[in-house]
Amino acid sequence: MFELLGIPPQALFGQVLLGLINGSFYAILSLGLAVIFGLLNIINFAHGAQYMMGAFVAWMCLNYFGINYWAALLLAPLIVGVFGVIIERVLIARLANLDHLYGLLLTFGLALIIQGLFRNQYGSSGLPYQIPPQLTGGQNLGFMFLPNYRAWVIAASLVVCLATWFLIEKTRLGAYLRAATENPTLTQAFGINVPLLVTLTYGFGVALAAFAGVLAAPIYSVNPNMGADLIIVVFAVVVIGGMGSILGAIITGFGLGLIEGLTKVFYPEAAATVIFIIMVLVLLVKPAGLFGRTT
Amino acid sequence: MLTETTMKPTSATAAAPLLSVRGLEAWYGESHVLHGIDFDVAPGEVVTLLGRNGAGKTTTLKSIIGIMGKRKGSIKLEGKETIALPSRAIARLGIGFVPEERGIYASLNVEENLMLPPQVKPGGLSLEQIFELFPNLKERLKSQGTKLSGGEQQMLAIGRILRTGANLLLLDEPTEGLAPVIIEQIGRTISKLKREGFTIILVEQNFRFAATVADRHYVVEQGKVIDMIPNQELDQNIDKLHSYLGV
Repeated sequence: MFELLGIPPQALFGQVLLGLINGSFYAILSLGLAVIFGLLNIINFAHGAQYMMGAFVAWMCLNYFGINYWAALLLAPLIVGVFGVIIERVLIARLANLDHLYGLLLTFGLALIIQGLFRNQYGSSGLPYQIPPQLTGGQNLGFMFLPNYRAWVIAASLVVCLATWFLIEKTRLGAYLRAATENPTLTQAFGINVPLLVTLTYGFGVALAAFAGVLAAPIYSVNPNMGADLIIVVFAVVVIGGMGSILGAIITGFGLGLIEGLTKVFYPEAAATVIFIIMVLVLLVKPAGLFGRTT
Repeated sequence: MLTETTMKPTSATAAAPLLSVRGLEAWYGESHVLHGIDFDVAPGEVVTLLGRNGAGKTTTLKSIIGIMGKRKGSIKLEGKETIALPSRAIARLGIGFVPEERGIYASLNVEENLMLPPQVKPGGLSLEQIFELFPNLKERLKSQGTKLSGGEQQMLAIGRILRTGANLLLLDEPTEGLAPVIIEQIGRTISKLKREGFTIILVEQNFRFAATVADRHYVVEQGKVIDMIPNQELDQNIDKLHSYLGV
């Protein structure tokens, strides 16, 4: 079997796969953040907590109600999305015309409260969630072993990301969203209900986070800190892609996951920081991000 | 000073006004901009708001469509009070708004810009009818909206509200910065829309253009309507108008 720069293919492709898995979560989470930031101008620091809630709702569905993974994949985003809608109506809407900082502080506070509540109830050691029976096992591709569940995560993330992109870029509803993002006052003056769009968009962004949480539940243990660990990297991904850029969030999410995975192979010492190094470089050269629009 | 009689339409269309504005006041933050605007517009009329820069013409249009933060007084559309309604509800009563800066969305292509405002009433123009008015738009449907020339952007801004079925059009300086040939085209379009029964309020600084399309002219100064001149009496009042406008 061939080797690349002295690295056996199993190790190389194993890390590429791991990178794509991480990239899948980066992409869905940064997509949700980008959608929310685009329309609400809110830096949603509670996104990690909402991702964690998705995983916990899936765990609760299974352990309290016997609801399986596939149903949870639909139910958890719906439940957490409705939670997001309530948060937007009750709290975030009040900050509509204030500086970004207020929204960031509010959602940061919310994240701490949500994580604290879950930590009190479930501890922080993590709860197991089994891979659904249909997706256990894997495929031997010759050069690597591909676990079925991980292949599913990558495929599901890609489908959700592309569907979201299509919704925003190619449909009438997406045109409303883009118009409301660009000029909410005029959009409202055309008879379009912008406050409703804002609320539903926040709910949708939160539901995306929860969907990622359900996907993550069988891979990582379900624990209250799972979102907090991830959210900083996801913010870096959003900054690199360009705040508010939908396509930027998707491409950057998968791309940076891949780069992180490859760094683990070729220079493991830098694996934890490579995304932040790229962020610094991008900010120096293109402050609006790779796909962001300068205004 | 303007009296109750001079505010009202003098033409044969002196029916119940489509729009009736009374004692309209508006503020930009702490700044009091409108100090009691009064005027009426009859169905099918083209009325202009003339005045110097900063007189309150654009603010009057923004107040009618409901995008001024704070306003008081009365604005009745077909007898229905709209002063407390949000702009989305006002638009759905049948008002189409073309802002001074045209409001073309950079993130939408021409077709998406054109299709953006929802239909608020039956009877809007079809896309084909809009393309008859503005043939340039048909050729550039997939272009980014803000990549169009100034004249094409103005056509797009007017075209997109014609789709909605709105019967009262608020046009804020539609000729500003445009070449004479485009101004003529916009003028022909406004005249055609008038013939088809649209009611139009036009904010203009170019009164020579306004004279070619309007039935009546309201003169706005320091946040109040100070005079109304029927278009057929414009020649007799030209010196007065020059003095109002400072030209």
